[in-house]
Amino acid sequence: MNLVLMVWRQENARTVGHMQRIEAKDISPDMSFLEMLDVVNQRLTVAGQSPITFDHDCREGICGSCGVVINGVPHGPQPGTTTCQLHMRHFRDGQVVVIEPFRARAFPVIRDLMIDRSAFDRVIAAGGFITSPTGSAPDGNAMLVSKGAADAAMDAAACIGCGACVAACPNASAMLFVGAKVSHLGLLPQGRPERWSRVHAMVAAMDAEGFGGCTNYLECTAVCPKNVSPDFIGRLNRDLIGAVFLARPRVASTEAG
Amino acid sequence: MQRLFYDTIKGGDFRAREHNVYRLAEISNQIIDQCVAQGVPFAREYGGQLANRSFGGAQVSRTFYARGQTGQQLLLGSYQALSRQIAAGQVKMFPRTEMLDLVVVDGRACGIVTRDLVSGAIESHAADAVILATGGYSNVFYLSTNAKGCNVTATWRAHKRGAGFANPCFTQIHPTCIPVTGDHQSKLTLMSESLRNDGRVWVPLRPSDQRPPAQIPEAERDYYLERRYPSFGNLVPRDVASRAAKAVCDENRGVGPGGRGVFLDFSDAISRQGEAVVRERYGNLFDMYERITAENPYKVPMRIYPAVHYTMGGLWVDYNLMTTVPGLFVLGEANFSDHGANRLGASALMQGLADGYFIIPYAIGGYLAGSKAGTASTDKPEFGAAKAQVKERANRLLARKGKRTAMSFHRELGKLLWENCGMARTAAGLQQALSRIPELREQFWREVMVPGGPEELNQSLESAGRVGDFLEFSELLCRDALAREESCGGHFRQEYQTPDGEARRDDARFAHVAVWEHRGDGQEPLRHTEPLSFANVHLAQRSYK
Amino acid sequence: MFGLIPFFRSTIGKKVLMAVSGVLLFAFCVEHVTGALLFLKGPGAINGYGRLLHYSAALIWFFRAGLIVAAVVHVTFATLLYFQELAARPVGYRNRRYLRASYAARTMKYSGPFLLAFVIFHLAHLTWGYNVVPGPFIAGDIYANMLNGFRTGWVALVYVGAVSLLGLHLLHGTHSMFESLGLRHRRVESLLFGFARVAALAISVGLALAPAAVFLRMIGG
Repeated sequence: MNLVLMVWRQENARTVGHMQRIEAKDISPDMSFLEMLDVVNQRLTVAGQSPITFDHDCREGICGSCGVVINGVPHGPQPGTTTCQLHMRHFRDGQVVVIEPFRARAFPVIRDLMIDRSAFDRVIAAGGFITSPTGSAPDGNAMLVSKGAADAAMDAAACIGCGACVAACPNASAMLFVGAKVSHLGLLPQGRPERWSRVHAMVAAMDAEGFGGCTNYLECTAVCPKNVSPDFIGRLNRDLIGAVFLARPRVASTEAG
Repeated sequence: MQRLFYDTIKGGDFRAREHNVYRLAEISNQIIDQCVAQGVPFAREYGGQLANRSFGGAQVSRTFYARGQTGQQLLLGSYQALSRQIAAGQVKMFPRTEMLDLVVVDGRACGIVTRDLVSGAIESHAADAVILATGGYSNVFYLSTNAKGCNVTATWRAHKRGAGFANPCFTQIHPTCIPVTGDHQSKLTLMSESLRNDGRVWVPLRPSDQRPPAQIPEAERDYYLERRYPSFGNLVPRDVASRAAKAVCDENRGVGPGGRGVFLDFSDAISRQGEAVVRERYGNLFDMYERITAENPYKVPMRIYPAVHYTMGGLWVDYNLMTTVPGLFVLGEANFSDHGANRLGASALMQGLADGYFIIPYAIGGYLAGSKAGTASTDKPEFGAAKAQVKERANRLLARKGKRTAMSFHRELGKLLWENCGMARTAAGLQQALSRIPELREQFWREVMVPGGPEELNQSLESAGRVGDFLEFSELLCRDALAREESCGGHFRQEYQTPDGEARRDDARFAHVAVWEHRGDGQEPLRHTEPLSFANVHLAQRSYK
Repeated sequence: MFGLIPFFRSTIGKKVLMAVSGVLLFAFCVEHVTGALLFLKGPGAINGYGRLLHYSAALIWFFRAGLIVAAVVHVTFATLLYFQELAARPVGYRNRRYLRASYAARTMKYSGPFLLAFVIFHLAHLTWGYNVVPGPFIAGDIYANMLNGFRTGWVALVYVGAVSLLGLHLLHGTHSMFESLGLRHRRVESLLFGFARVAALAISVGLALAPAAVFLRMIGG
């Protein structure tokens, strides 16, 4: 099949980008979207043009690095699928495919379709962990976890941090990501002691990174490749309200260890 | 634990160090405890206890899991713990940075040279000790289940600076991957091995049987794993399962386009336990399979074929994980230590976490105690020299402006290796590869096309540098495979097999670790050996029958 | 620990304030519908209702103060959040497709300011008695004032249009306020959506009846 790509090209974070029209001929429907880009890049390189820069690594939908916006939808038209696992059979011969980077102030473009997602790392570093010095962990079965809690935590932990929620949100809000992380750890008894301090720290970090607020569009959940539930946004709201109005006494702040 | 110890030794076909494996088995429980404490959402029974399941190479349920994404969840657990240390100022993170050389001063590892992948700047970092946890080299085959970014560069550079490379020919081919569809393919997708718990592997009894699977009656199906290995059945170790799949495909009984595939059938599990149970266990894997192949595995059997998945070989390390270069430590898949000639399911995670959490914190102390802390400095001339070499190499790549991309060379190399140094190896094939690789390497340096400049974000340059290293490393891989005149684990030499097609070891000549010493470009490397002694287990031919 | 001030500075805290003020404004809308429906019963009913409201100056100012605070909070934080959202995506998409975000949700930022303008107009018309519509204003005779106003075609249209817009605003706002307060769960989700739909429809129809009836000359022909 033949496609016409409209690709965002941008030299670096300081320059202004533009759309470039690139023809992609003889594309196999069995290719993944990134393999299609590989093929296009090989041809551009041999033709002496600069190849399209895009992030990718695992190519099996778990590393969260490959997201781009395809025809107006982060990760493209197939629900519950990352860009790397989207296959070309979902496109029509002759179709115009518009490819843009995830856009948010907190995710500056590095080049072309590659963005800097380190804002997410800083949100995690602010509190997205359970303090547990290595070697002093109690027996894994010492604290029982109900199957319901473990399953719910796993549902939240399925988040791969790709940032599609931010890209899709009209407000560029990161609430689904933060909600998933806060819920994953907060649902487990191991994460309970730091529940309130964690939600404070992570929400403060999220706001500091310049993400927008949640106005309940739920667009995030429509594009999430892991189908993370919007219930975790509700839980994040509840946890923060709980942290402000219920948390007594004060929990000691986390220390390095 | 005794069982895990024995299974790992046996699974590795008696080519692992006994004491290393014992330590690993001893630590294994602590690892799970640590991960639970960090918030890894392992599956639980209704009573709240950790749930277990069995995994390839084991007849007992002892593997803890987090849906179909245990590895990812363990990674997230470590990442979160690491993030905490970053915020606390204990760890400084350099994202988007690639190590391009090791700096050795007075025989000791004193730092590394890196490239900032965004700015292209070449930088030096001095250190009291250097720890590499840079993963395996499966991508030398171009197509593998590894992430695209995985490469041999860090370990290969360390090898060229003096670190011995052990058992490079021990590569693992994973039996449950989605078959290749065409030349455009950039990677192979692994379906978790856990699928073999409930799926049954079969091919048609008759060669070239083109009927759709549903129309092939039970009597005309060959459940070859259950037939050949009645006691382990579909749960034989990876190397055995992979070779068996290749064998039936070589008999022209493979399924799917190209005939390189076998069925993994869940219809029995679905009729026995119901679709809901199967969906809960493997739902995400089934969805992924359908996304890639556009076939619904609840209705038609999956098609699977082996693919390169893991490399047991790696830089040689002693019991303290230190290489032959004092001060250079290697952890995880990048070292060779614990898996022998084949790795069992779930044990890469176990080894990586054991090395990182429980071994290196103690093992490194001995070295640090014997060295003067804080003396390393990037002012040493060795840093300047290493930096200059790294820059010169990048400029050489950029200056070629040839006609072929690095990726096309990589693809060609991968194909060459897969055919001659893959699941089944012969002396003739290996010799052919050994004569072809230097030609290909020379062609690469003559004809490669790398666009862009050195001091900018340049993915083509990154890729070309890695392919350049693969082109050097692959020669060592084949050389090692040629020198090891026996079959064991993932290394299968067709000349050395039992009458029924199983691997035949040669304990008299090859019960050792092969450690290669680099003696300069263009020079033959030197093969040293470290004998393996087994005090507690009895060397036996592996049998999963 | 988070104090109240940092909490209300956070995006979540701001949304909580919007939700709480939204709940108050929503309650007022419900109350206002009852008042408006009394118009249909005749002059006695609605004017009696007016006198009841004015029974105690303290009481009415208590409620008015509550409403004013709610409205000010709602508008202020909506504005703050709006600018924060604008800043969160400095470079927009060339091509954008929505999968789930409803029309109502996406137009909150437009329906809001329009409604604010309408409320001022509405107060000028029926509370303050400014001559924003043709015809005299008679203090205390709510029925006559409404009748007078709605007889003019454009006034009735403005009212019907505005309460339709209010319906749209409430369609998203009503379940959004539950979500902002953390009351989202898949078990109650359809219930909340259903409630939002019914409430939005009931309120806008209830409020539209009076101007529509007058405009169509079904009342005061």
